[in-house]
Amino acid sequence: MSAAIELRQVSKVYGEGRAEVHALREVDLSVRGGELVAVMGPSGSGKSTLLTIAGTLEEPTSGDVFIAGHELAGMSRNDRARLRRRSIGYVFQDYNLLAGLTAVENVSLPLELDGVKGKVARAAAMEVLAKLDLTERATRYPDELSGGESQRVAIARAVVGERRLLLADEPTGALDSLSGETVMRMLRLASQQGVAGVVVTHDAQMASWADRVVFLRDGRVVDQTAPSAGPESLLAPGAGK
Amino acid sequence: MSIRHALLALLSEGPKYGLQLRQEFESRTGEVWPLNVGQVYTTLQRLERDGFVESEGSGGAGPQNVFTITPPGSDELTEWLRTPPDVIPPPRDELVIKLLVAMRVPGVDLAELLQVHRRHLVQAMQEYTHLKGEIAEDEVELALVVDSELFRLEAIVRWLDTADARLKRLPARAASKDAPRVGRRIAGIRR
Repeated sequence: MSAAIELRQVSKVYGEGRAEVHALREVDLSVRGGELVAVMGPSGSGKSTLLTIAGTLEEPTSGDVFIAGHELAGMSRNDRARLRRRSIGYVFQDYNLLAGLTAVENVSLPLELDGVKGKVARAAAMEVLAKLDLTERATRYPDELSGGESQRVAIARAVVGERRLLLADEPTGALDSLSGETVMRMLRLASQQGVAGVVVTHDAQMASWADRVVFLRDGRVVDQTAPSAGPESLLAPGAGK
Repeated sequence: MSIRHALLALLSEGPKYGLQLRQEFESRTGEVWPLNVGQVYTTLQRLERDGFVESEGSGGAGPQNVFTITPPGSDELTEWLRTPPDVIPPPRDELVIKLLVAMRVPGVDLAELLQVHRRHLVQAMQEYTHLKGEIAEDEVELALVVDSELFRLEAIVRWLDTADARLKRLPARAASKDAPRVGRRIAGIRR
């Protein structure tokens, strides 16, 4: 199976000459369905640029981007927009829910924009909301939801329908620790159900919910964690001493 | 970790047998502090000697004995719960020392060194978080212990991040013969 998202030798340069800024340098990153990857790094390390390029919102200066095996470079603008609409979900720090729509309307909106009939879209939205434990909040408006609930609605909107790639930019940035934890549990749940997730964060506790943590520095991937050894190793006598 | 006070806390609920105390100690602390029976009975003997508990039974600290907390034992427990732990140890953290030493060693890539430790810490955090993901909602004791470890490790990662940024901002400085004197200036904060 091809990776849900693959970046090959991706570089991004903004500006020219003296004002040239290398936001990303020869980045390789591949995330498969069912995997949650966190990208950590200081401000200015290229985290957000990586996410916008992975989300097809920006083009790399050089290198290749593949979404579910499709190379973006060869696609028309329309094809790319369709791929973005159908395959990729975004979660932002400030939720970006539409204030005039209820939770379920916010979640079904991307499907309806894609031509799915209202009833079908609503049923799909309710199904995702149920998975995220939000059935009872479905008819509430964003201003009636807590920050944590709003972010869970945003996650539901990001994974509704056939979306296989979920990109999140500091999704817990505005939340307290426990609400942040709930949001990360939900992202993990979504990935366990087959979605490929990429979460950009500077928060090590939130990043540690991921299967793999990738470290960026000055636009380069400098390191990543090994797959988890499992919690058993922590409880062995003398562990951590 | 004070086993003495943990045992007093368990006895504050009512009289208990030694074995029962061991079992409850382990389950209340999220089973992360294994305790052997010998430790339990030695501690109970000392508590009895100090007048903080009384035992009834065939004498000695055997399994047939039931232990009860005394009024001075209750006072001791209350006092302990309210005493702040020593949160300001002297600044002799091993990682801090490694970085301070590395700054004087020619040819060491400090950013890379910090990253080695950062990766190690984040991996440990992933393991704790993995464990947290498996904890049932009513296992609150274990969740509290895991949270505490995660916050402790996170603090070290944040220190590494800050050190990284601080060193990056630093103009290249020639190694001076005298290391900056950290100790005396920190000493004033300690007590």
